[in-house]
Amino acid sequence: MDLTPSPGDESFRAEARAWLAAHVPRTPLPSLETAAGFAAHRAWEAELAADRWSVVSWPAEVGGRDCGLGRWLVFEEEYWAAGAPGRVGQNGVSLLAPTLFDHGTPEQRSRVLPPMARGEVVWAQAWSEPEAGSDLASLRSRAVRVAGGWLLGGQKTWSSRAAFADRAFGLFRSDPDAPRAHQGLTYLMFDLRAPGVTVRPIGRLDGKPAFAELFLDDVFVPDEDVIGAPGEGWRIAMSAAGNERGLTLRSPGRYLAAADRLAALWRRQGCPAYAHDRVADALIGARAYHLFTQEAASRFLAGAELGAESSMNKVFWSEYDLALHETALELLNEEGELAEGAWAEGYVFALAGPVYAGTNEIQRDIVAERLLGLPKGRR
Amino acid sequence: MRFLLDAEQRAFTASLDAMLTAARTPAVIRSWSAGDHGAGRALWSRLADAGVFALAVPEADGGLGPRPVELVVAFVELGRHAVPGPLVETVTAATLLSTGDRARELLPALASGRTTATVAPPAPTDAPTITPDDDTGTGTDTAPAGHAPAPDLYTPALEGNSSTPGANSSTPDANSPTPEAPEANSPTPEGTLPVPEGTPLALDGDAASLRLVVDAEGLRLAPGHGPVRVSLDPARRLTPLSPGGELLTERPPVEEAFALARLATAAQALGVGLALLDRTVAHVRRRTQFGVPIGSFQAVKHRLADAKIALEFARPLLLGAALTRDPVDIAAAKVSACEAAYGTAKAALQLHGAIGYTAEYDLSLWLTKAIALRSAWGTPRECRAVVVRGR
Ligand SMILES: Cc1cc2nc3c(=O)[nH]c(=O)nc-3n(C[C@H](O)[C@H](O)[C@H](O)COP(=O)(O)OP(=O)(O)OC[C@H]3O[C@@H](n4cnc5c(N)ncnc54)[C@H](O)[C@@H]3O)c2cc1C
Repeated sequence: MDLTPSPGDESFRAEARAWLAAHVPRTPLPSLETAAGFAAHRAWEAELAADRWSVVSWPAEVGGRDCGLGRWLVFEEEYWAAGAPGRVGQNGVSLLAPTLFDHGTPEQRSRVLPPMARGEVVWAQAWSEPEAGSDLASLRSRAVRVAGGWLLGGQKTWSSRAAFADRAFGLFRSDPDAPRAHQGLTYLMFDLRAPGVTVRPIGRLDGKPAFAELFLDDVFVPDEDVIGAPGEGWRIAMSAAGNERGLTLRSPGRYLAAADRLAALWRRQGCPAYAHDRVADALIGARAYHLFTQEAASRFLAGAELGAESSMNKVFWSEYDLALHETALELLNEEGELAEGAWAEGYVFALAGPVYAGTNEIQRDIVAERLLGLPKGRR
Repeated sequence: MRFLLDAEQRAFTASLDAMLTAARTPAVIRSWSAGDHGAGRALWSRLADAGVFALAVPEADGGLGPRPVELVVAFVELGRHAVPGPLVETVTAATLLSTGDRARELLPALASGRTTATVAPPAPTDAPTITPDDDTGTGTDTAPAGHAPAPDLYTPALEGNSSTPGANSSTPDANSPTPEAPEANSPTPEGTLPVPEGTPLALDGDAASLRLVVDAEGLRLAPGHGPVRVSLDPARRLTPLSPGGELLTERPPVEEAFALARLATAAQALGVGLALLDRTVAHVRRRTQFGVPIGSFQAVKHRLADAKIALEFARPLLLGAALTRDPVDIAAAKVSACEAAYGTAKAALQLHGAIGYTAEYDLSLWLTKAIALRSAWGTPRECRAVVVRGR
């Protein structure tokens, strides 16, 4: 057991730090939930990609540095410590790409991944539907077989940043007669600007317009955009969902940096005693999350599959993030009410953490049933 | 970087677990709580045979240590089986005794389990230290009034600053008269001796064969102990230690030893929490109400899921702290492990219903320990203050 970085890791860290110091925008970019911010973030992704920093853990031939999970964690520490912008390509990078690495064809990987790495094609996740949230398998949108492909119909909703994104990936019912809800689903990619797609923005809590619902009316998708085999959609989608809740959606680097900023804010405000313990807990929580992730990464690199533990992860980071931001807003006193600045924006985002990526109630069920072995019951 | 226990460490855990399961600790705990130390001593020597105490004793003195990671692993098991006795204190003593010839003579017997030791912790400091950044100049009004730099929790008066105003007053000050105990030089292990008021309590002073006190001059062998006080955990029998006694070494590694005490306590607490979770999971699978196991109710499941998450996130903090041995990391591990164990204890009590509230039922042996360990070797408040103060 050890935590000593290899000399190679240290020089990688130094290289990343130097690059970030030279490139991170001096003034924060506008919110990526707005049209202007989205464009600015796309440009930032392109800048990262030009020097191959946008997807460091990917293979070099699709734009990465082939540097593995361990160095990805190092990179993330440096990235967030440098105060670099949020990642607009996140849905594609952390959800679609791992699925394509595991289940995609070589053709799909070489066609889809490089423009994703450069931020040229930003992806939206189209899983949820008005009648299928927590009970995702009850989804009704359909894919109907036609020559050379599929026609999509139905409605998707709560799609993050779909108002400005280019393409989307989602689950569709391709066999309505399958005996069980989880069967007969197909996982595929489609163009948000294809004929038959209507994107309607939905204001988030703070009114920013990037969230959207999608109406699909006979949208044609060629066979080459089906991921895995038709009918196997559930299994394929779920094999990557762990990524969303677990390792790659929320890197510990982000919280290590956030906890340091909170502690600095607390000191700047004169170290008010009421927040002492919460600041301590934020520092402790960031370190706990960091080491928990190091352990999971070590297990993963030793060949273990990461399964239901990612549900523990999700509950932890979402509640951690919210507590951290709540403390920050309280420390800001009256200013905490103002809807501007990084803390306020982070707070609004944190409020949704316990809801998206599978609600925390659903995650707790998974922990109880799969990790503790408690009986399934009526939900 | 490979942040995983290796095969040998996992095998060590498994062998301790098997041994302690076979030892049926609940009966041992109950007799220890009643002041009957026979069964406890027998178990103690088996733990020593397994190498537990040798892990804290330097190799040069007949031990295997220091090996903090293995110690953490062992203390998680000791907590899981709620083994009674001055376990943390004995490994702390092993570190305190590692310098000075006279002190080191006592080590082989500790490693082999022939002797047990206890040692008094530093008295808790109450208010956390808050030092606003000087450059901002904004903080002075809201920081607690008149705060000089706080006494370092890891450095009792001993470290050459015994006359610093505000230094920890719990360790007898060199300048204040030491109350003379009548039989100060004739140890009477069974009898109790007078001790000054406010003396910190040491675990199992009545049972331990070595009683160590750190004062301004160094590490002393206490000649006796005060009356036995009952902890919220009946298996923790607390006694003040009498002052004076033979000076064993002038320069004991106090900081290192007390850091290890805190780390081992955190590990023990995590083990207690894991046992509480296991027992509660077993209970809610078995117990039926409304015609189904209560473990199928979502309100029950979610409480246990939260306990599981808290414990699982405390574990890497402990192992990480064992690797770095940084006081900040150790304090973080202590808060996290003790709060996770305490939260699990409350869930365990609730989900057992009334039976969980009885001393007769074995669950109580873990429940009460989870409560008591929160304040042992550093309260949550003290540990959080160390974290906030930072490196
Ligand atoms: C900011 C944000 C971004 C999102 N981004 C995306 C995206 O990009 N793509 C996408 O597809 N979706 C996205 N979502 C949707 C998200 O995945 C769903 O909101 C989530 O799965 C919950 O579904 P729901 O909103 O229909 O709530 P419901 O499923 O109706 O749940 C409502 C409440 O009931 C509880 N509940 C439901 N079932 C159970 C049960 N069995 N046991 C206990 N409690 C239960 C839930 O936990 C919740 O508290 C996003 C949501 C938000 C808030």
